[in-house]
Amino acid sequence: MSTISRDEVARVAALARIDLRDDEVDRLAGELDVIVDSIARVREVATPDVPATSHPLPLTNVFREDVPAPALPVADVLAGAPDAQDGRFAVPQILGEE
Amino acid sequence: MSITTPALVAYDDAVRRYDPVIGIEVHVELGTRTKMFCAAEQSFGAEPNTQTTPVSLGLPGALPVVNGTAVEYAIRIGLALNCQIAESCRFARKNYFYPDVPKNFQTSQYDEPIAFDGWLDVELEDGTVHRVEIERAHMEEDAGKNTHVGGSAGRIHGAEYSLVDYNRAGVPLVEIVTRPITGAGERAPEVARAYVQALRDIFRVLDVSEARMERGNVRADVNLSLRATPESPLGTRTETKNVNSFRSVERAVRYEVSRQAAILDAGETVIQETRHFHEEDGSTSPGRVKSDAEDYRYFPEPDLVPVAPSREWVEEIRATLPELPQARRRRLHDEWGFADAEMRDVVNAGALDLIEATVAAGATPAAARKWWMGELARRAKQEEAELADLAITPAQIGELQQLVDSGRINDKIARQVLDGVLAGEGGPEEVVVARGLEVVSDDGPLLEAIDAALAAQPDIVEKVRGGNQGPVGAIIGAVMKATKGQADAKRVRELVLERIG
Repeated sequence: MSTISRDEVARVAALARIDLRDDEVDRLAGELDVIVDSIARVREVATPDVPATSHPLPLTNVFREDVPAPALPVADVLAGAPDAQDGRFAVPQILGEE
Repeated sequence: MSITTPALVAYDDAVRRYDPVIGIEVHVELGTRTKMFCAAEQSFGAEPNTQTTPVSLGLPGALPVVNGTAVEYAIRIGLALNCQIAESCRFARKNYFYPDVPKNFQTSQYDEPIAFDGWLDVELEDGTVHRVEIERAHMEEDAGKNTHVGGSAGRIHGAEYSLVDYNRAGVPLVEIVTRPITGAGERAPEVARAYVQALRDIFRVLDVSEARMERGNVRADVNLSLRATPESPLGTRTETKNVNSFRSVERAVRYEVSRQAAILDAGETVIQETRHFHEEDGSTSPGRVKSDAEDYRYFPEPDLVPVAPSREWVEEIRATLPELPQARRRRLHDEWGFADAEMRDVVNAGALDLIEATVAAGATPAAARKWWMGELARRAKQEEAELADLAITPAQIGELQQLVDSGRINDKIARQVLDGVLAGEGGPEEVVVARGLEVVSDDGPLLEAIDAALAAQPDIVEKVRGGNQGPVGAIIGAVMKATKGQADAKRVRELVLERIG
């Protein structure tokens, strides 16, 4: 039973800014189906009283004290920037998509 | 880019025929020393990109750790808003691409906010109370700051490129979301404004944020929809983003009411969208079409473990909550014994703190109110300044009143003392001494003046001797005139009657 359509794969790929060819869309639709089916199997045994797990460790409340530590030097911060100006990252015009 | 401005319906007309429903999302930047998920310091006005770490830049392999103080602040806010505090809650990733979000997701909370199901009673200027129900308050992080370059003067349209500063990226935020606020009717704009103002006041007394609107510490998104009657289902809403002053919140609601009424009148449908607010003329214009919530592809943040505040911790925080602004207003109202209208004027004039401090400096509440709401309010108005900005302190007003109470100066002289203090001549005592304003209390010169006055008006002296004390005022007036108002009128009266026998 196919649950993931080509359109859905294309839509999610677009949202995630992943450029997929048609044959990749076909292949991934199939692979995602397998994953979704596997999760469906898990759901059969996970009754509503089993809390959803987002983390494998049985830990809560891992907090840090509110004490400042040294920041990265600006030169290091900008070292990976494609372009920089006045200590800031220079990026292409944004609003085309807004 | 052309925006067709639809005709607007006059506000009063619009609210006669439609029932406005508002919803407000308020973001507050927490005043912690460090960011939400890393130990980079956060402070206003630092040089660009000097307050970042691999975490706030979203560098590969960087792992976030929650700032415990930020969680405590979020709980404080939740408790102050009468919310339930979650026994356990998680962070989630909200995925979207924008240059000011370096990780390509914002760490937020989705279906498990830390606080939920609260309410806040909001008081309008005339004392009307409107209850706003709070759906949730959740923790998240702020984005960096884009500066648009090229095009027209930094405006977003026509920009050729943008410069990004990540100092603000990762600053702790709490977002507070109301349920639909109904029943406000024509007063919806006032309710919206009063709500945001009440939140700002609460953030300040809780000491969780400086809550300075002009610095963007508090930002509001205003949702508005219209429906035919209060019984009708909710209409389609618009969300006006980043409305960042109290006045703008009020204006944004008014404008959207007028705009949407025009659309509905024309038989068209309101488009669900986000809109931009324009400070210059109070209008709004369309932004991007609102994406479905699922487009953000929220999922639980795998790099952070759940936050599970123990009930002991929550109660500990509850026990240390300060008195909240509304409770404080009510207490002071009782303590001071002001009439309702007097108290409202005091609050609306921003004189509450000043009067409280003046009372603490020894003045009676009535005297403190008299100065701040009378003479000083008049002077503030003249100078188009706020009361608090006048060059005089509550302690000085307390001192001034003590000078009056002790009889060393009278009310009339006190005004001259105010002039001196406001002109920077020093405190009341110094001004009295420097200007020689002290009431004449040495009876010697006073008696001289009295004898002169008595000699000048023998007919009055006769009448008073005959048992009619009425005309004695004429003598007192003459003495006051002779001493240039610096005599204590009560003492003069005593001496005059004594002299006449």
